Amino acid sequence: MQPFILTFKLAIIVTIILLIISIPLAHWIAFSRSRFRYIVETLVSMPLVLPPTVIGFYLLVAFSPQNFLGHFFESVLGIRVVFSFTGLVIGSVIFSLPFMLNPIKAGMQNFSINLVEASYCLGKTPVETLRHVILPGIKPAVLTGMVMAFAHTIGEFGVVLMIGGNIPDQTQVASIALYNEVEALNYHTANLYALALVGISFFTLLVFYYLNRPHAQHQN
Amino acid sequence: MLNIKIKKQMLTPVGPQWLDVNLDIAKGEFVTIFGESGAGKTTLLRMLAGLSPPQEGSIEFGDRIWFDHSKKINCPVQRRKIAFVSQDNSLFPNMTVQQNLEYAAIANKRHEIEECVLLAGLKGLEHQKPGQLSGGQKQRVALGRALLNGPELLLLDEPLSDLDIHARLGLQDEIIEIYKKTGLTTVLVTHDLAEVFKLSTKVFVLEGGKIMRSGKPQEVFIHNDLSGKFKFTAEILEIHKDGVVNILTLSIGNHVVKVVATDEEIVDFSVGSKIIVSSKAFNPLIISSST
Repeated sequence: MQPFILTFKLAIIVTIILLIISIPLAHWIAFSRSRFRYIVETLVSMPLVLPPTVIGFYLLVAFSPQNFLGHFFESVLGIRVVFSFTGLVIGSVIFSLPFMLNPIKAGMQNFSINLVEASYCLGKTPVETLRHVILPGIKPAVLTGMVMAFAHTIGEFGVVLMIGGNIPDQTQVASIALYNEVEALNYHTANLYALALVGISFFTLLVFYYLNRPHAQHQN
Repeated sequence: MLNIKIKKQMLTPVGPQWLDVNLDIAKGEFVTIFGESGAGKTTLLRMLAGLSPPQEGSIEFGDRIWFDHSKKINCPVQRRKIAFVSQDNSLFPNMTVQQNLEYAAIANKRHEIEECVLLAGLKGLEHQKPGQLSGGQKQRVALGRALLNGPELLLLDEPLSDLDIHARLGLQDEIIEIYKKTGLTTVLVTHDLAEVFKLSTKVFVLEGGKIMRSGKPQEVFIHNDLSGKFKFTAEILEIHKDGVVNILTLSIGNHVVKVVATDEEIVDFSVGSKIIVSSKAFNPLIISSST
């Protein structure tokens, strides 16, 4: 049971952090005229094409106590990132960022610029416009991002294994526990983990598609 | 006083074209910018609003500089204190009529919102979403909403062009009422000659990115020195040849009228042309009033 509690805790924390990061970042990318936005977009989307182990490997190296970033976290902030739950959160946030950011960004880019300009003409700041006009108008896109990030974090394996290792009660999430059981030839337990993950994924997506059905959008 | 001296390159179907405008609008004046599609009317209005920066020149409103290319000044739209109503009304679909008005009002002026609802004839519709309103009702909300923000300049970008004739005439009267009541400097962009005559005291004719003519609508559009008693702007609906003359079916206001014209008179006209109908002289019927 512990791996599932850990998996859900990780997915919920990561989804919340990603929501906080993605909304302003998507707004900047969607409405900025800066050339840097292409570089940021590319960097953020790298996890979509890179093997998860590559990102996990670099995070492991970067946060290793021998290196600057890891040393800074450990000596100044007192946080050990590698082989800890904090490491899982950081790794998962980086790895799942495009899954949250891209739907929100697409929602904002497709949102009527006339409505945004109408709000500006009423003297409203970009932040007020984002809160009262844009976000209520792109609810389905935000919901898509949240579900994608949540589901993706639950199903993550490579990054989590590289940076978190396989420490029971600390970093052993469901997907790693499943791998562990297969290695130990406990196919029955492995099957239970796998079935549970299939069920969770199915119901998460089912709830999402139900909430996002066209009729529900028309009511908004 | 609004002083505009700006240049901006526009991309038109026939290639790049410079919008090069130099005009002054007095405080409290109601002016129209008249021109065909693609003449640069909307681009000009968007530059006044601060939604699109000019490439050169300056815009001054009273003693404030809104834009100055050489001094690198570009006052953001939020601080220009303008009211902008466009063709598509831009009501926020997630908010009701009441919420749209509340969002615009400074510091939740309940009294002003109620007054606005009454004035715009929106009583009973406060809790409807924009999608449930007619085109005319939507524009009334948009107009009311724009005014709740305490603007100093009213910019209207063809706000009536999508409406049917009844809604259009009603809103034209409403715009006149608002203008009389507030005395706001108003700039209306339109390609409807009837609107120019009915609403504005001064018109700027924009052609190919330049102001070609300006003045009172009568001076600008009626070139020959007519002594007529009646003048109407009209749109040709049908041209029908009948013997040696032509019968023109015209739309004047919300009436359909038939007039006779010779071949020479209609040589430049086709269905859809905007014309001015004027009677040079008329013989009144004089009937004895004694019974």
